[in-house]
Amino acid sequence: MTKRGIVLYLHVHQPLRVRQYSIFDTAEHHDYFNEQDTSTDRNNERVLRKVADKSYRPMNALLEKLLHKYPDFKVSLSITGTFIEQAEQWAPDVLESFKRLVATGQVEIVAETYYHSLAFFYSLEEFERQVRQHRDKIRELFGVETSVFRNTELAYNDSLAKWADEYGFKGILAEGWDPILEWRSPNHVYKPVNTDDISLLLKNYRLSDDLAFRFSNKAWEQWPLTADTYSDWINASMQDGPLVNLFMDYETFGEHQWSDTGIFDFFEQFIGKWLANTDNTFYTVSEAISAHQSAGEISMPNTVTWADTERDLTAWLGNSMQQEALRHLYALEDEIMRSGDLQLIADWRKLQTSDHVYYMCTKWFTDGDVHAYFSPYESPYDAFLYFMNALRDVRYRVSEYHKHRGLRG
Amino acid sequence: MLGWELLPHNSGGLGVACYHMSKALALQGASIDFVLPYSAHHPDTEFMTIHGATTLSPLERYGKMGAYDSKHITQKELNVHEENDDLNDMRGVQRRYVKFVEKLVKNNQPQAIHAHDWLTMEAGMRAKELTGAPLIVHVHATEFDRSGENAGNPIVHEIEYQGLMMADRIIAVSSITKSIIMRRYNIPGDKIEVIHNAIDVASLGVYDYDHRTYKYLESLKNEGYTVIATVTRFTIQKGLTHFIRAAARASEKHDKLVFLLAGDGEQRDELIRLSADLGIADKVFFSGFVRGKPWRDAYNVADVFVMSSVSEPFGLTALEAAHYNAALIITRQSGVSEVLRSIFRYDFWDIDTLADQMVGIALSPALSEDLKINVRHEYARISWHDVASQCLKLYTNATSSRIPV
Repeated sequence: MTKRGIVLYLHVHQPLRVRQYSIFDTAEHHDYFNEQDTSTDRNNERVLRKVADKSYRPMNALLEKLLHKYPDFKVSLSITGTFIEQAEQWAPDVLESFKRLVATGQVEIVAETYYHSLAFFYSLEEFERQVRQHRDKIRELFGVETSVFRNTELAYNDSLAKWADEYGFKGILAEGWDPILEWRSPNHVYKPVNTDDISLLLKNYRLSDDLAFRFSNKAWEQWPLTADTYSDWINASMQDGPLVNLFMDYETFGEHQWSDTGIFDFFEQFIGKWLANTDNTFYTVSEAISAHQSAGEISMPNTVTWADTERDLTAWLGNSMQQEALRHLYALEDEIMRSGDLQLIADWRKLQTSDHVYYMCTKWFTDGDVHAYFSPYESPYDAFLYFMNALRDVRYRVSEYHKHRGLRG
Repeated sequence: MLGWELLPHNSGGLGVACYHMSKALALQGASIDFVLPYSAHHPDTEFMTIHGATTLSPLERYGKMGAYDSKHITQKELNVHEENDDLNDMRGVQRRYVKFVEKLVKNNQPQAIHAHDWLTMEAGMRAKELTGAPLIVHVHATEFDRSGENAGNPIVHEIEYQGLMMADRIIAVSSITKSIIMRRYNIPGDKIEVIHNAIDVASLGVYDYDHRTYKYLESLKNEGYTVIATVTRFTIQKGLTHFIRAAARASEKHDKLVFLLAGDGEQRDELIRLSADLGIADKVFFSGFVRGKPWRDAYNVADVFVMSSVSEPFGLTALEAAHYNAALIITRQSGVSEVLRSIFRYDFWDIDTLADQMVGIALSPALSEDLKINVRHEYARISWHDVASQCLKLYTNATSSRIPV
């Protein structure tokens, strides 16, 4: 009999934040991501070191301990290229600990875009190049192949599923959003509409968000959440289906929910508690797909993400600044690629990371939900200003490149 | 209510704020005697009783001085028993104002005395002395704000200090002003309430923008120029030399910028000279003092409105500019930036940041549009009705907390 299982999938990511890059830097300096002020969260090194201490080091140590203690404990991770590059520079030991996790054989790496971008919605060619670059990096670093795909911000629609199917992925992840599911439960494997050989895993957002968003909220009627209560909830949820997909940011552990909230102790107790019942297990994403039959077809013609109450892309593309920024950015693609200048191409791609446009979000002005939109900038307008200045510099560099090459004949 | 000016005879924001605040208070049931230092017809003020302390006209009230100009004040003691009230002198006018208030409160016991700024504080203190009613001092600007980076007039400082000490409660128009009162005058913070000013959108009325007023600027706009404007008095407090320097800096990076300085003041010649020295004289337009239609048209022609103040307790003009659809850049030293989110902020001395923001808006239609649209949602929520409710609560608390004599 197939065991009841949890799929724990954690997303590891850090963007390269743009410094206070002014119009007077444009065409002069090209160091957009090199904030000198060490007291601000625009300083990427500062953030990486801080989160490494608070989250990556303690959580990886705990995961390693639990993986050795419980052979049935499984984890799936997606790790962005922009995180890996920063960890290589400032926290190589953290990368080593990720390698040890993967080496247990109980940890699967999930594919995504190297730059955590929204390229799928702008340029399929560029999108595929970033997927390939990520697979190459994962192979080089961990010696494993990826077979399940997640798109940035879990942004999913039918054409993405079709693309992933044709590309050869056997699984893809998405939000288990009620208006799409209607009477159906997210606790099954599904098949995306119009695909041949790919399965869909849907996030159980209620149980995921209990940890990711509500765990430390003292105003929550369930606070403080215990491992016993949470296990009961998972058991109850499994009346609907044998699979509970807990998808969340890795940084939930230690960064979004600080150590003093008890998140690490809770997590350790919960894993032990869950596996104490021999009917229970954990699956990696591909194990879950192999072990279960599809319960039916799911169609999402419109893009669904894992963000906000709307579950759409409005946090990234909702206002005209965000749209303008990305339109101008992707308009440079041909010229950038033709330059063949690797540094220039990399800088252009680092600007594609979705966090940049997220910082330009003005939705919270109307929602009043300031805390939902953490940003290292004083305002969305400042974020836009620095980004656009950097983009202008990229444009300047590419035109210089072609001009000089033209002059040389 | 003790004031120094009132719409339409105002030279600045004080007269606008006093008018709308009184109107909103009256609507909530307050009965107001409003004392002014001059006599004039005030249309649409039937909601309160207006008293002119002198027979001077609004223009004569300052003698040879400007409305807010305190640097010529040399006489410290205000001996109200002195018979020779020289109405060419600010202190003379203030003396008559105090005498008038003394007489007024004898026949007319107030429940609360609401005095606006240092100009009326002496009268406020005297009224409190005579009636025992609580004194609420409303600070729209301190002498530290008026003098910009200079020291200010020690006599005015002294009067302000006394008024703040004697007050039962103090209203500050922003957190910035509250912190100045605490830091510079050592007044405990729990005596000071921050009540931000508001804007009365209805009073701005229906209005058609006249493209002909700034025809040349309009033609430049058609050619893709961005008009960056400020509407203000040209005094040190307003930080306009920094504005001109930033204008020159921004023009290095983007040619299609023009700058409109609407207003007048002692710094005008200096500013004209400075723009010439920096080589941007052809880009900077001085309109002279504006009110009425050319004043509103100045906001309208502007794509961007800059409030460059070194120290601005509130800054009502920023809300007016938002109403007329300008994107806003405001110094962190301006109180109005506390109530708006969809704006750019900078420190008044930081010309590079201001220049960067100017160029950024000029180069991006999306940024410019988003700033304009979003700030409109914000300023419209700030109402005088709320200001009046807060004032009434303050009067009641100040009255009940006093020991009856």
